Amino acid sequence: MNTDHGQYLLEMNDLHIEGFSDGQWHEIVKGFNLELKRGEVLGLIGESGAGKSTIGIAAMGFCKAGCRIKAGRIRFDGIELTDASEETKRKLRGSRIAYVAQSAAAAFNPAHKLIDQFSESVIQHGVGTREEAYADARDLYAKIKMPEPDTIGFRYPHQVSGGQLQRAMTAMALSCRPDLIIFDEPTTALDVTTQIEVLATIRDIVDYFNTSAIYISHDLAVVAQMADKIVVLRYGELIEEAETRQMLADPKENYTKSLWAVRTFKKLSVPRSTHSEPVLRVNDITARYPKATQPVLIDVNFEIHRGETVAIVGESGSGKSTAARVITGLLSPQEGSVEFEGQTLPSDCGNRSLEQLKKIQMIYQMPDTAVNPRHRIRKIVGRPLSFYLGLEGSEKQQRLNELMEMIEMDPKQFLDRYPGELSGGQKQRICIARALAADPGFIICDEITSALDQLVAEGILRLLDRLQQELGLAYMFITHDLATVRAIADRVIVMLDGRIVEQGPKLEVLTPPHHEYTELLLSSVPEMNPDWMDNIMAQRASQKGIQAAGN
Amino acid sequence: MRLITADKISLSADRLSRAYQLLTEAPLSAKFGIIVIAVYIFVALFAPWVAPFGESEIVGRKFQPWDDQFFLGTDHLGRDMLTRIVFGARNTVGIALLTTILAFVLGGVLGILAAVVGGWVDQLLSRIVDVFMAIPALIFAMLLLSIFGTSIVNLIVIMSVIDATRIFRIARAVSMNVVVMDYIEAARVRGEKLPWIIVQEILPNISAPLAAEFGLRFCFVFLTISALSFLGLGIQPPIADWGSMVRQTAVLITFDDYTPLIPAAAIALLTVAVNFVIDWFLHKTSGLKDEH
Repeated sequence: MNTDHGQYLLEMNDLHIEGFSDGQWHEIVKGFNLELKRGEVLGLIGESGAGKSTIGIAAMGFCKAGCRIKAGRIRFDGIELTDASEETKRKLRGSRIAYVAQSAAAAFNPAHKLIDQFSESVIQHGVGTREEAYADARDLYAKIKMPEPDTIGFRYPHQVSGGQLQRAMTAMALSCRPDLIIFDEPTTALDVTTQIEVLATIRDIVDYFNTSAIYISHDLAVVAQMADKIVVLRYGELIEEAETRQMLADPKENYTKSLWAVRTFKKLSVPRSTHSEPVLRVNDITARYPKATQPVLIDVNFEIHRGETVAIVGESGSGKSTAARVITGLLSPQEGSVEFEGQTLPSDCGNRSLEQLKKIQMIYQMPDTAVNPRHRIRKIVGRPLSFYLGLEGSEKQQRLNELMEMIEMDPKQFLDRYPGELSGGQKQRICIARALAADPGFIICDEITSALDQLVAEGILRLLDRLQQELGLAYMFITHDLATVRAIADRVIVMLDGRIVEQGPKLEVLTPPHHEYTELLLSSVPEMNPDWMDNIMAQRASQKGIQAAGN
Repeated sequence: MRLITADKISLSADRLSRAYQLLTEAPLSAKFGIIVIAVYIFVALFAPWVAPFGESEIVGRKFQPWDDQFFLGTDHLGRDMLTRIVFGARNTVGIALLTTILAFVLGGVLGILAAVVGGWVDQLLSRIVDVFMAIPALIFAMLLLSIFGTSIVNLIVIMSVIDATRIFRIARAVSMNVVVMDYIEAARVRGEKLPWIIVQEILPNISAPLAAEFGLRFCFVFLTISALSFLGLGIQPPIADWGSMVRQTAVLITFDDYTPLIPAAAIALLTVAVNFVIDWFLHKTSGLKDEH
């Protein structure tokens, strides 16, 4: 296209964006500058609330409801977006600037076929006819290696998997061959094994069409694979900006360094003493949900010892969370039993005694939904105290204070607040305090850090580690994040399709030789090396070649 | 102990001042509604002192016009209209309030129960409610009242059962959204019994839509009772009641006398006032205010 509008495709000058909440305007983006060349990929990094998505959307001249652009300029290919009419901007969106959302499942219209949603903007913007769009969609589906590219477009969004849907969305963004695509955390909701495929697809396609892109993510390792240039944001301000390699090798600002250092936390692994009795033993569990024909868990066996952290890893749908539901007694297994401290537990939690119930506690993935929003912290943490231990009055108050100290929160300040007045990390700490209040021997942690920013998550992991050393707790850590596993686990259990494919001490599982699936899982975790993805894709391709030759 | 009571006092004082602040920020319509409701409550509570005569005392000739002695004239038996309207506030509003409360307790508890327990309990309760709702409420009430007789107790019980079916549906629907939350699962795993889960975990989270519904339902019950009284099946003479007062004096309309419209206006005014307050309440509790 015409390139006579200056050197940059997208420019932002001193951009200020405000959001309206609690009756007044707050500045979300505080004077942001950006220059993006044609064909260049920019990575935007920051914690939640840093203003990444707001800036991403502003690149289309758009603001979310309750937000407004207060000052500054956004210039796209010589067009001033801040002054442009809705009509002008509407013509740009979809045809010259495209957007790929975090959750493809929520962004697709469930009532229309994929290929019709692909064609919509092509026809709307008058780029081509329906037939041309269909043909182009098939080409693109083939290019991004979708299975059955000729027919997959005629499926509805719920008929393809999450990773395929995310790739279909990337294809859709390309339908009008835009000059700029904004990727807003496109792989955050995906498993690592799927993530690497989507990442590879996005990069190939961006290279192939020489499209500019803004890639928004909180995951540094991912951005390192994708971007030519990285911008670090915090509280709506630019902290640091540099070429990817330079940024990774030599970060200047302290905040950037702290982001880089997040993955350094490692628990001191304690080897299991051979004669200790297991706290929890899961014997030959086979379970399925009511009305389902296929079991979700098949012959699952494992033990967890006192003071030990066992991580259960696997993709979504592998049965990790179902194992937790069987242990807590929310789902009765068809076969097998759960033993706690040598005692077989009734399979339904309704039949368990208070003494049995209090010993097994659970911490959930989403701290927002795990605590009742209409209860004060005092009640949330205090209920197990009076329910299990019968504490009241000053005894209860004293124990509440102790628990709040344990989770490093000031009892005076927080006990009379509602959950809505706390941050995500603080809410998760309250969930930990609630679990501790029951005086348990064993805690199930179901993806407890996946909804949190990396720095906050690291704080939670350190806290759990300290509590384990002080109280001798056993943890079952359900996660799909292998960085967390490396940080906190003593033993690792790898699950696939409801079966345990490998289990053992962390070092044994994480060092070769691996089970084939463990290998795939481990090699798919992005590393902080910009060449990582090239290497891994080359390696996999050559392996496939060898296999094909062997066959 | 002392410390705790002191805390509680400061907490409730805090709440009072917050409630006061909320009232001052209320829009004009809501303020008007609150004042009207307050006047009704005052009149209902202190009826014997407010009214110039006794409730069913015959004090003059029938259908006397408005004058200094009988401010709003007299009815078809020669009872003072103003007195009847004042006592009517007590009877009609009191019965409507009692009926609505009973309907909410019944429908609310069963609705939440159906959502929490699910399975055949939910099926059974929901189908019974479907059957009740299939019959038009007013006709059903008339039918039951003619079977069981028209006493005030029967009126309250029958009206509340019929109304409970509507509240059951709402309570069940809003509870469904709460039941799937992790904190309900956490309470179950903790070993909490049903009453705790219903009252402590679910009820606080659905109280806003239920409270809004309470206001609306109160109006409907109120209107239905007035309608039944007008038809002769509601509150029975000699008890003063706005619905039957309209019927008893209706004939005056043909003589260009607007007395029958006054009890009707009393009904309309209260309905409007209650709805003003609900609208404000709904606006406060729904997140609409943040949208632009």
